[in-house]
Amino acid sequence: MTVQRAARRRGRDTRAVRSSVIALASCIVVFGGLTWIVVNAPGWPEVQTSFLNAQVFWDTLPGLLDAFIINIQLFVTAEVLVLIFGLALAVMRSLHGPVFLPIRVLSNAYTDLFRAVPGVLVIFILGFGIPGLGLIDPKTDQRLFGILALTLVYAAYVAEVYRAGIESIHPSQDAAARSLGLSRLQSLRHVVIPQAVRRVVPPLLNDFIGLQKDTVLVSFIGVVEIFRYSQIASAATFNFTPYVAVGLVFVVITVPLIHLVDWLAKRGFGSGATPSGAVR
Amino acid sequence: MSDEPSPDSDAASDGHGAPAEALCIEGLHKSFGQLEVLRGIDLVMAEHEVVCLIGASGSGKSTLLRCVNLLEPIDAGRIVVGGTEITAPGVHVDRVRQRIGIVFQAFNLFPHLSVIDNVTLAPRRVRKLPRAKAESEAAELLERFGLADKRREVPDRLSGGQQQRVAIVRALAMRPDLLLLDEVTSALDPELVSEVLDVIRGLAAGGMTMLIATHEMGFARDIADRIGFLDEGRILEMGPPREILSDPQEPRTRQFLQRVLDAGRL
Repeated sequence: MTVQRAARRRGRDTRAVRSSVIALASCIVVFGGLTWIVVNAPGWPEVQTSFLNAQVFWDTLPGLLDAFIINIQLFVTAEVLVLIFGLALAVMRSLHGPVFLPIRVLSNAYTDLFRAVPGVLVIFILGFGIPGLGLIDPKTDQRLFGILALTLVYAAYVAEVYRAGIESIHPSQDAAARSLGLSRLQSLRHVVIPQAVRRVVPPLLNDFIGLQKDTVLVSFIGVVEIFRYSQIASAATFNFTPYVAVGLVFVVITVPLIHLVDWLAKRGFGSGATPSGAVR
Repeated sequence: MSDEPSPDSDAASDGHGAPAEALCIEGLHKSFGQLEVLRGIDLVMAEHEVVCLIGASGSGKSTLLRCVNLLEPIDAGRIVVGGTEITAPGVHVDRVRQRIGIVFQAFNLFPHLSVIDNVTLAPRRVRKLPRAKAESEAAELLERFGLADKRREVPDRLSGGQQQRVAIVRALAMRPDLLLLDEVTSALDPELVSEVLDVIRGLAAGGMTMLIATHEMGFARDIADRIGFLDEGRILEMGPPREILSDPQEPRTRQFLQRVLDAGRL
């Protein structure tokens, strides 16, 4: 019996080793092949010097990181505002009853509009339109309009995410809360929304990934954030390496967030703790 | 028991003077779309009375209970609880519900809250008790129902019987005048039924006014002051358990009890 077991284990080990070897070999062939094709392309030396110049990279990186602080300001502020405003919109949409029809219509129209219009247009219209009205100090920091525009656009997306979460909570939960004498809003606040938010953490973070990348669009209204800075650096060095550096910075900051989303989804966020005996 | 036309006059509404009935339902009608689920329910319950409603699935038992708790808007008729007409226009619905507890077949505990938070949520938010006071009251109730060591657990970690007892405690924490129990043992494994029924027996002994929809005939016979047989949205027959279960007058009641007997549930 022990002989058989040992034989089985040997078989398992051999198979494991063999599949690792195959995986490694296939990686070498595919990625090695791709690299070989690129490196042997006729224009490779020129591309290498203009996109992958180590000297330019290290010279511009400190300035890029400085400028990236502006992007961080933009997305952190916008994210906080989006969480609040998006939730308000979602709650407005989930109010039942004929009295609340105007509120529901308004909130519907809002999410439709701001999901339909390209974000860069909203940034343009607000960034140049509001100062153009002449109502406020023309020297007002353009970053504020950038934050406002990003908040307006992403709140529309996030409101939909929240709403899906709220609607995924079984009505029996609300019934249980209301039967105890909690008001409509108390039931939302203490029973429905806490469960809904837990379920929508992964899609919420996905929208934040989009928001973080869209902060480069604020460069179009004159804010010198990382992308605008890289344009300037590129023009000064006659070299495209700064753009590649910007790409790297976003990869470094965004990839961990993507994996956080996956990790949270695995830990049961998103699927959500099902209400005990939700069927009725 | 026959349908009586519901008196729409205002004169009877307040019932001042005489001790108020715990619950008075007159001419209650309720439809879901085309389907008329309740077709004229009349029911009067005295304080401390326990009434069990029996009848086939779909006969309207659950709907009746949900109407009494105003979880379903009614189409016609009136419901008076403790002398207040709760179906009158302009009634403060949340305040009415505080006085009427309901326990559901599927427990409907809040899965994101611990047992103690499930129980104290309404006392703190609705009765506005400070946390410490609400928790000491809740701890007392949990202790009484053998759940003292479960107070920090989340509902999903409890057995069905324990969950349902927590749901009962949660309703009791609002100190209701009237408790509605909607087939509270139907979702339980057979071996967990008795622990929940024992709790309800204890409540009856303590004088709680209860309206109970149930399939447990033996339990109904033990605990009920009166049993009502619901059939197609009407209370066809009502009386002391012995009359209804042993000597039913209506053929429909006999049929139903025979089916229950055949299924070995009596």
